[in-house]
Amino acid sequence: MFLTDEEKGMRDGAEGEAVVAAMDLLIRYGEALGAERLVETRNVAGTMTQPSPAKQKLVEEGGWARAYAVINLDCDRDIEIPRMKVPTCQLQHGFGPDAAGLTGYSPQFIELQGSAESYYSERGVNILATCTPYQVGNLPVRGEHVAWMESSAVVYANSVLGARTNCEGGASTGAASLTGRIPYWGNHLTENRFASHLVQADVPIDSFQEWGMFGYFVGEQVEEARPAVIGDLGQPDLADLKHFGAATATSGGVELYHIPGITPEAPSLDAAFGGRAAPAPIRYGRREREWVYETLNARGTSTDVDFVLLGCPHASLDQVARIAFLLEDRRLHPGTELWVMTPGALRTMADRNGYTRTIERAGGRVLTDSCPAMSKAAPPGTRVFATDSAKQAHYLPAILGIEAWFGTLDECIDAAVTGTWRGGLR
Amino acid sequence: MNPGEPGPRPGPLSAAPLAELRGRGIVPGVVEAEALVTHDAISGFGGIDVATGTVIEPRHELFGVCFTGKVLVFPGAKGSSGWSGYFQSTRLMGTGPAAMVFNVLTTKAVLGAIVTRVPTVVEATPDPLDVIRTGDLVRVDGDTGVVTLLRRAVSDVAPTTP
Repeated sequence: MFLTDEEKGMRDGAEGEAVVAAMDLLIRYGEALGAERLVETRNVAGTMTQPSPAKQKLVEEGGWARAYAVINLDCDRDIEIPRMKVPTCQLQHGFGPDAAGLTGYSPQFIELQGSAESYYSERGVNILATCTPYQVGNLPVRGEHVAWMESSAVVYANSVLGARTNCEGGASTGAASLTGRIPYWGNHLTENRFASHLVQADVPIDSFQEWGMFGYFVGEQVEEARPAVIGDLGQPDLADLKHFGAATATSGGVELYHIPGITPEAPSLDAAFGGRAAPAPIRYGRREREWVYETLNARGTSTDVDFVLLGCPHASLDQVARIAFLLEDRRLHPGTELWVMTPGALRTMADRNGYTRTIERAGGRVLTDSCPAMSKAAPPGTRVFATDSAKQAHYLPAILGIEAWFGTLDECIDAAVTGTWRGGLR
Repeated sequence: MNPGEPGPRPGPLSAAPLAELRGRGIVPGVVEAEALVTHDAISGFGGIDVATGTVIEPRHELFGVCFTGKVLVFPGAKGSSGWSGYFQSTRLMGTGPAAMVFNVLTTKAVLGAIVTRVPTVVEATPDPLDVIRTGDLVRVDGDTGVVTLLRRAVSDVAPTTP
């Protein structure tokens, strides 16, 4: 792989041991991918603070420097971790103090994460603590090379914002933060950004639920390819595309899609395919829509709902406001909990606007930093949960061994208030 | 068998290899172990349990099957970007696979193989999924990029589930 003189310097120790380790990882990674070179980046979204048993052990052995070396640089040497070379943010991680005592989630982990936040803040990491950095001020511009992880954020950055990133991991982002480099491969190259598949909706895609279900179908069909989607599409908003992209990256591995006329790199269908002829479309009709609905509800048998989870990916302020509106002057069923996950910055706005108070008065909670899937924890005794998120309905049964119902926000709020799932495909 | 160690070796390998699949080694090292083969892409986050080295995705062909110490032969990675971190955790917990063989190159799977630190061959021909079956004894040479089929599984029974 070609290295510039500056990169060779970093590799050979000009910027210290941690940068040597970072360059070593980037070279191994870039060569394994077959990348010709690295590309400069000044926007890294990774994860360092999330506790895990393996990380806890490393911290006990050698502090956060050891954890960063092993997990974020794949390096076993004892090295000091300098200040991040380029702007870096922490994505979602484990539950924070606001969720203490609500689940069986380890209090030691909450404490460990607090110490991680101090350590990494001192080294220049912005603790955004959300899977949606683009909702709280980290908005890369079109064409900008970034190094992000979190599949739902990656697909949003590539598709909706037109920034360029592969689906990075903890080690590659750890190395990128200290070097300002990432392999120039995959989604960073213009020729790899054109659509490869065409999916046509023959049923109206005109609500949060429909965008999520359509996304789940698209991901299942195209796997890790690059779809352009057309057909009976309404005008999506941020929350719709947040849901759509997350779903495509859950049932499949979509990192980039185009919606001709909507997303920035596809002013037209022709542009989406880079001037090449579009293939015959994969059709999404009534039967396919029913298949998605049944798949996402396949883990639900009991209609007694213990737990309603909203905000996956983390809720926008508009979503929090809508939930508060629906819960005004209502009370949750005594045996049912309701959580709304949102970025800490938006929680502050929700507090200021009174949304948090309305949701809490009904018996619900507005929480930050994490989600039940990331933290592998739900309210004690949860057997059946309901959600409006295709991603959470897909993952949580596998992670927690609980039943899932997937439906609209109104159906989820109804379940929270009555304790009973009464949803159905309409 | 201790996690991470190669599977049991047969007696002297007098017979010629049954098949050689040539690809590109991306993580060095040589290991001989039993293959665990799936035609389904694997999810890291929400797809595997790192404490037990087991696939936990309900609709997955390998649901409930343990990959610890096996040569994991699979199409590629899907799902969350936690993929590499989850497989790295299997290394740290001693539940990782012995080697990886996959043909769909993604950042998730490539970085995952590197941080799992097990011999890995990618882009092999003929397609490993057409040649290798679960239970076959294979050698993965991450230095030369060759996967060698050494011995067929005794029977084609499906892997046991716990």
